[in-house]
Amino acid sequence: MPAFLTVFAKEFLENLRDRRTLLSALLFGPLFGPILFGAMVSRMLNQSVAESDEPLRLTVSGREHAPGLISYLESQRVQLKFESLSEHAARDAVHAGSAQVILIVPEEYGTRFTAALPAPVLLFADSADSQTRKSADRARLLLAGYGSGIAQLRLQVRGVSPLLAVPVAVNDIDVATPTGRAVVVLGFMTYFVLFAVLMGGLYLAIDSTAGERERGSLEALLSLPVARGSLVGGKILATCSYMCASLAISLTAFVFVFRFVSLERLGMSANLGVSTALKFFAICLPFVPLGAALMTFVASFTRSYREAQTYLTSVLLVPTLPIAFASIYSLKTKSSLMFIPSLSQHLLMTGVLKEEPIALFDVLASAGSSLAFALVLILVTARHWRRETMLG
Amino acid sequence: MIEAAALSKRFGTVEAVSDVSFVARDGEITGLLGPNGAGKSTCLRMMYGVLTPASGCARIDSLDVRGETSAARAHLGVLPHAAGLYNNLTARENIAYFGSLHGMGRGRLDRRTAELARALDMEGFIDRRVKGFSQGQRIKVALARALVHDPGNLILDEPTNGLDVMAIRSLRDMLRTLKAEGRCILFSSHVMQEVAALCDRVVIIGHGRVLAQGTPEAIREQSGAQSLEEAFLHVLGTPTGVG
Repeated sequence: MPAFLTVFAKEFLENLRDRRTLLSALLFGPLFGPILFGAMVSRMLNQSVAESDEPLRLTVSGREHAPGLISYLESQRVQLKFESLSEHAARDAVHAGSAQVILIVPEEYGTRFTAALPAPVLLFADSADSQTRKSADRARLLLAGYGSGIAQLRLQVRGVSPLLAVPVAVNDIDVATPTGRAVVVLGFMTYFVLFAVLMGGLYLAIDSTAGERERGSLEALLSLPVARGSLVGGKILATCSYMCASLAISLTAFVFVFRFVSLERLGMSANLGVSTALKFFAICLPFVPLGAALMTFVASFTRSYREAQTYLTSVLLVPTLPIAFASIYSLKTKSSLMFIPSLSQHLLMTGVLKEEPIALFDVLASAGSSLAFALVLILVTARHWRRETMLG
Repeated sequence: MIEAAALSKRFGTVEAVSDVSFVARDGEITGLLGPNGAGKSTCLRMMYGVLTPASGCARIDSLDVRGETSAARAHLGVLPHAAGLYNNLTARENIAYFGSLHGMGRGRLDRRTAELARALDMEGFIDRRVKGFSQGQRIKVALARALVHDPGNLILDEPTNGLDVMAIRSLRDMLRTLKAEGRCILFSSHVMQEVAALCDRVVIIGHGRVLAQGTPEAIREQSGAQSLEEAFLHVLGTPTGVG
């Protein structure tokens, strides 16, 4: 048996017996994403579905000054609550959360309205609170609707065509497909997938390098008639195998989670079936050796388990950088971006989710660049292992 | 046979080992004696090829450790200062791992493991996981691991460090057996009594240089001292020998 396979077999077996590796590689790493994600998405969906069904609640003070407005709001199914509040009291009530949105109709409303002058109303809401901001937006929209209705009547009464007051007619056409809309929600799922890939190999990468040093077996190993490249190769291969397992478990979990999260209720279809999962697996496969080589490389420089753990936790965040960068600058899928590992996997997976056609070149560029980076890292790691400082 | 020919090694500005030459013969136990920090480990590490000498050369059975590293290592078993085992593997698996890396086939490995288990009295725990082993059991496994490919030469770096009396005793017995089998054994120690009890030849190292070498008897006579311990202190020149 070639030496690197011997090393692979030993690392594979040893870590199969290690509870820490198993928990992180086959349980925590791969399931963390799907479970958190499923819970988050289903809560998000329940919330937004509930919100659009629920009538708007509005606290009104000074109803007697604007009977027309009040009956309009009632006809729009707004749940009105009448209280007599000063401006100060309204501000406090919104702050304290006892009311979400408060409308105050001042005394002069009636006289100004009759005189066809802009009649003031005061709308109190907290724009820093995403929940009440939505309610405030709905209230604002209703008030604007009432206003434009009154304006049209006034113009008609004066013999002017109301159309004159509408110079531009905006037609909103939403081109997002149901899946496209879901992608906004599913956007960062790709990171969870890449996270699962890395977590799968994290402890093995540490154990086979810093762990070997810490328990004092490294020097005996290095004194064997085996090329250092074979040692590094076998260790990285073992790390890769656990990462693949973690990826497979994670994707399976995602498929299951999305069976139970009903994206359809929002008019979205989450295109995450078995075939999508298989495509994801293929897309992420070239990222596996890159991640394994990166973690082994970093861990090779550390002296202890603890030190390696500290550094590798930052490595777990590395794949987020290109993805975050791309979303900040809202980069569109371009072939040139396919040469950036992690970002290219993110873009390809997003493309699969959106059911967009995927160019063969992009797939090859993504896989090729990831594998090339992996090869460079493996060679650099092997070179480091040949150095005397490796003994520590 | 293990030979050091004018070995030198620097770490930065520190001259760790300079011009060290000695020969450890087959069928003998050679002790590398010196205080902590005298350069014993550096010396041994150059002998088994994990450190490259600045000048000079180390040979195992006349094979140059630098030029013919793999061939030389095939003739050599090593028990480094830190001889850690893999806790999640059984004793047998620990031994087999190193055997496979030496290129041994399944059949030869099985036979050799059985042989070592008998010789080192490990049959009671050979298939148990190493986690929880006593020091004595651990040193046996580590020694079996170093001997799995049946090397003619064995290097041990401070093998008795941290061992209890019982483990030291059984290690001594094992080394004597290996010597009787005609192997060349080189081990380092900073404990004078240990070297005196076990070695046919002694190489005393201080400040990275060979200060004296020969049989314990000859060294004692050369320095005109009553005991080897006095001779040791005499050749070191300073009370600590580290400078």
